Amino acid sequence: MDPKTLRFTGEHEWIEAGKTGAKVGLSDYAQEELSDIVYVEFPPIGKKVAKGETLVILESVKATSEVYAPVNGEVTNVNNDLEQNPQKINDDPYGEGWLVEMEISDPAQLSELMDDHAYQDYLKQEELN
Amino acid sequence: MEELLKTPLHQEHIELKARMSPFAGFDMPVLYTSIIEEHLAVREKAGIFDISHMGEIEIRGRDALSFTDYLVTNSLMKMKDGDVKYSPLCYPDGGQLDDLFIYKIKDDFVLLVVNASPDYSLKDFEWICRHQGEFEVEITNKSADYGDLAVQGPNSEELMGPLVKLEEDVPLQQLRRFKSKYGELLGKKILISRTGYTGEDGFEIYSEAQDTVDIWNGILEAGKKFGIMPCGLGARDTTRFEVGYWLYGNEIDETVNPLESGQGWTVKFDKDKFIGKEALLKVKEKGISRNLVGLYVPRGRIPRHNMEVRNKGGNIGYITSGNYCPSLKKVYAMALLDLPYTEKGSKVNVVIGNKEVEAEVVDLPFLKPVNKR
Repeated sequence: MDPKTLRFTGEHEWIEAGKTGAKVGLSDYAQEELSDIVYVEFPPIGKKVAKGETLVILESVKATSEVYAPVNGEVTNVNNDLEQNPQKINDDPYGEGWLVEMEISDPAQLSELMDDHAYQDYLKQEELN
Repeated sequence: MEELLKTPLHQEHIELKARMSPFAGFDMPVLYTSIIEEHLAVREKAGIFDISHMGEIEIRGRDALSFTDYLVTNSLMKMKDGDVKYSPLCYPDGGQLDDLFIYKIKDDFVLLVVNASPDYSLKDFEWICRHQGEFEVEITNKSADYGDLAVQGPNSEELMGPLVKLEEDVPLQQLRRFKSKYGELLGKKILISRTGYTGEDGFEIYSEAQDTVDIWNGILEAGKKFGIMPCGLGARDTTRFEVGYWLYGNEIDETVNPLESGQGWTVKFDKDKFIGKEALLKVKEKGISRNLVGLYVPRGRIPRHNMEVRNKGGNIGYITSGNYCPSLKKVYAMALLDLPYTEKGSKVNVVIGNKEVEAEVVDLPFLKPVNKR
């Protein structure tokens, strides 16, 4: 997946919105920050989440980290492959390391997120702080 | 927030693009590439750690050894020149102020290597000074003057042998575990000991802070063909955790006495006197009420420091450390549990978030240190 087609949150989630649903994952910057992800706790399928609510919990050797819902919606699928191979989030955060699929309930929220260019600028600001 | 302290190697870490993080008041490298890769380098090849954040306190004078023997729980009077020993440093109530390594350099010179603190070991230093009494010693806090490195892993001896020239021309191979000697490395004066915090063979190297950068770079360069990796505090923690070594602030602190933390072998009641003896004797006579155990966590999230441990809903203790063990590829934890639940095979629950995760009491350590494998 090309990060240029994705939208990003300030908490380093990415979302790719398709016609029927959206895929959500962790940005390359965030996976590198966490490093060595060894466990993924998914939400139950069918769970309704509000923007900013905890969606997935990741355990890395370094620390525990929460992934938040980038928009309001309902969880329709999770990447079960990660239960056996959580390191795929580190190896391929925009591809095989995707986390959940969700149905977006408020598409207008997507426009509040950053595109890749804005996200890269945001990361530069973060580094300076 | 107060400015973080920097070790002499700070700039090297930045150039190696280490992920830096505050630890005990220092800006320290947590990892350079990956904690798991660095961990496995230490177990299979070699790793080099900056441990200059550790503190050094020198005790010199006629009573150097007897004074130190009075401060700590372990017995030092039979130490020979160059011997290194581990010991808790207790308060009168038996709780622990620190745990440290004692280097007997010679009869009138003892070097204490203590845990890092944001004020260059002031807590230890002031405590030690306060108990000087009639002992004829001079106590100096040298924490900012020393640079410390650890080279750990099965290739350590082969890597370090040609670099180090020991006093009296003793080959480095003959330096045995828990022994130390002065020498030279790349023309710089060093104190080197066959010690470490990883459970592997290896060395710890003390030098003047101004020489530490050259020594670090020299070892990294010579270590290339031995597969050496610079290793951060992340791998330092996972390697020590697998072999069940205590981390001050996690397994032990001022509320935990050495008899309940599995450090009982370091408390020598046959000594005439030492700080904490009366309190620890009472604990011994009455029996401990809790004990440090290992936990195997077959599935679920990772238990972390201070999480509650329960049995049938009731609190029975807390997690001291927990992590994924890269060499064992399993999740383990250490916990301080009430005595009735410390039997091997006991099933307990760890409270993680709003869930209880199952765990089983297992033997410590999870992986035997190399000298006991």
